[in-house]
Amino acid sequence: MVRPTTIKDVCEAVREHSCVLPCGGGTKPALSATAEGVTRLELGGLRGIIEYEPDEYTFTALAGTPLAEVQAALAMHGQYLPFDPPLAAAGATLGGTVAAGLSGPGRLRYGGVRDFVIGVRWVDGTGELIRGGGKVVKNAAGFDFPKLFCGSLGRLGVMADLSFKVFPSPTARVTAAIECSSTGDAVDRLNFLAGQSWEAEALEFCGVDKPVLYARFMGDEPALTPRVEAVLAAVQRPGRILSSGEADAYWKECAALAGEPLVKVPLTPGRIPSLEYELAGTQGSRRYSMAGNVAYLSGIDPATLHPVLRARQLPGLTLRGGGPLRPGFISSALMEAKVKASMDPHGKFPPLLSEPYNPAPSA
Amino acid sequence: MSASAITPLPSSFLDALRSVFPPGRLLAEAAHLAAYESDGLTAFAVMPRAVVIPETQDEVIAAVQACAAHGVPFVARGSGTSLSGGSVPVERGIVIALNRLNKILRLDAAQRLCVVEPGVVNLQVTRAAMEYGLIYAPDPSSQQICTIGGNVAFNAGGAHCLKYGMTSNHVIGMKCVLATGEVVALGSESMEAAGPDVTGLFTGSEGLFGIALEITLRLIPRVECYHTVMASYASTEAAGDAVAAVVASGLLPGAMEIMDRLAMDAAEAAVHAGYPPQAAAMLIVELEGPRDQVAVEREQLSAIISTSGAQTAHVARNDDERLKIWKGRKSAFSAVGRLSPDFIVQDGVVPRRRLGEALRGIAEIAKRHALRIANVFHAGDGNLHPLIMYDGRDPGAYERAEEAAAEILRLCTGMGGSITGEHGVGMEKKAFLPDMFAPADIAMMHRIRQAFDPQEIANPGKMFPDAEAPALRQHGLHPLEAAGVLSRE
Repeated sequence: MVRPTTIKDVCEAVREHSCVLPCGGGTKPALSATAEGVTRLELGGLRGIIEYEPDEYTFTALAGTPLAEVQAALAMHGQYLPFDPPLAAAGATLGGTVAAGLSGPGRLRYGGVRDFVIGVRWVDGTGELIRGGGKVVKNAAGFDFPKLFCGSLGRLGVMADLSFKVFPSPTARVTAAIECSSTGDAVDRLNFLAGQSWEAEALEFCGVDKPVLYARFMGDEPALTPRVEAVLAAVQRPGRILSSGEADAYWKECAALAGEPLVKVPLTPGRIPSLEYELAGTQGSRRYSMAGNVAYLSGIDPATLHPVLRARQLPGLTLRGGGPLRPGFISSALMEAKVKASMDPHGKFPPLLSEPYNPAPSA
Repeated sequence: MSASAITPLPSSFLDALRSVFPPGRLLAEAAHLAAYESDGLTAFAVMPRAVVIPETQDEVIAAVQACAAHGVPFVARGSGTSLSGGSVPVERGIVIALNRLNKILRLDAAQRLCVVEPGVVNLQVTRAAMEYGLIYAPDPSSQQICTIGGNVAFNAGGAHCLKYGMTSNHVIGMKCVLATGEVVALGSESMEAAGPDVTGLFTGSEGLFGIALEITLRLIPRVECYHTVMASYASTEAAGDAVAAVVASGLLPGAMEIMDRLAMDAAEAAVHAGYPPQAAAMLIVELEGPRDQVAVEREQLSAIISTSGAQTAHVARNDDERLKIWKGRKSAFSAVGRLSPDFIVQDGVVPRRRLGEALRGIAEIAKRHALRIANVFHAGDGNLHPLIMYDGRDPGAYERAEEAAAEILRLCTGMGGSITGEHGVGMEKKAFLPDMFAPADIAMMHRIRQAFDPQEIANPGKMFPDAEAPALRQHGLHPLEAAGVLSRE
């Protein structure tokens, strides 16, 4: 294990070891689990906000900076990370969040981590520091490496620092809980709410017989609460506005991403009922977030879950627990294989795909 | 260019194309090719050796595979509205014209997504989605004619990027043919992903990786309420300061645009948008969102505008007025053609707080080169669009305009900004890429391009500074622009 505290240290560590895997706060342990012969690069020492221009709504920070530190600095100026990253309270870092490609429920409103990262500097497999993107909110020069690093799982290079754009915080948030009669009903109501001009910030429910749909809205009072009341009237299901204490507790629980094993499954709302049908009755919990665009499946036996993902051609990313890092279907496998081969030709970082896309000709 | 410079394509390659394309969709006569020799950056023109007009994805794949097999370069082209010369042909290659791949393959209103072919025009997506109360957010000024394929290749922006981002923020999946002829899937129909964002990498790759055949777009609910304010100022700096004040207040408008006097005059002459006749600069701020929220924000905005030194402030009273304001703004660039026979549109970005400084710098550059420069810009993003006017018939005029453009780009990079906010590097700004990126950064870009295009046949000559020599120059408006069909942003 190596603990660099400067970017120069990272460059040296990459040169000195045969295979390295970066690790931030360790809140997604499956991503930073090292196989034999792989040196773990603990980046917790590479922390700190390098540049923050509140007037500019942009900041640059070292990759090992905890999200909580960033959020606190932004909050001082009434700003926030609109992609609503999870696991901040547990110690997740900026780099780990980008590497895992994780956004939270609030992603629904303005976009995910990929939509807010504007620049990246990373150490490539030769120990060289490379930059992609920039520090201004709008930039179309060069290939979009900042986006590519979202979901790169620490396997394309070691991120050294990252630049983001941010937004002003809303002054108020209101959450409504809506009782649905079945999974199909919840999906139907969720699509209805997401398609209206009310601008829901978050929409999600858990896989149970009679799901409760949680809908979060943001804006300014006194306009906000009446808007949510109008939503409740329009949705035509029993429901109520949560107290701020109840709402905070609910969203805090969501952000904690508890459970083991824990698998993230991107999907579309229309695919939820059939997945529920297959998984109903299994141990564990299933939370459908971002208006049904992602499932967090926790405590489900991989022997049950993985064949389901493969059969349904759904991708998966194991965040916690054993088994393959990426169970299920990888639609972009050929693209990923080409990207990996060009950016890390000497295999300085662990493989991105658990099995080579094109098996090498037998030696 | 002279006809003698054009050496024939290999006959085996032409045979391969002929086996796929009937004569009417395989053009090789100079008279037919001329229509494809230029794009929105009219200063460059190159005659391609052939143009193919596929009608199906399989035909596109066959054309790319033929190019790959014979090492012939290709340039994919939609409506040819690129302002960076992104779709200027390659002299030794062919153009693959994608306008007939114009089907909306699927519009899934419940899940708010739309799968389109690359030749679908930007505005058609919103038109189709409106029926379901949805819109496609990116709105480049040329949206009535530019295609989604081109938007994807150059990560097109528009006036409303401030809140909703650029094209890449709305593309979630693709099917592409790489320059190798391989067909690949990228992303999915989900907003989320479980691996590296290759969709994000492909978007804005300027056609250097291959051609998108199917693009999955995210739709958003239509905006319930707009509140559009047009305020006039005694100077562009004062308008720039007002933008800073709006941003600092914590408001997040859908759009913030500034036009200077010269740009307003041009737009007024073209569309009679009702812009303030005396002001040195005008600011358009548009709030959007749920009606009740906009009602709260409009009060805040009104307070900011009234203390910002505005000479006048006018609120659009209805949709007609609002659309007129935007029509003027979106036609501003082609309207400048009324003031000058030729002009160069620039696309630099500066940190927002340095807008005033940048504008003063541009004014000095204009003075030094004895040129008129009009300014229209996406102020909320710090995205400047100086229009450098010149007369191509005057000896040396183009060179002076080009030098002024170069100085403006260096001004932007010197402030920590970018050489392009939304037009892409293309042919026009490739010499400036090293101003933003170190040799190692550019080497990494080369490596990744090689992964998808080892022969460097997909849109060669663009983006990279060491790419082929620039093409010939042209004078005057693009024919479509003169006809009022095409507009520049």
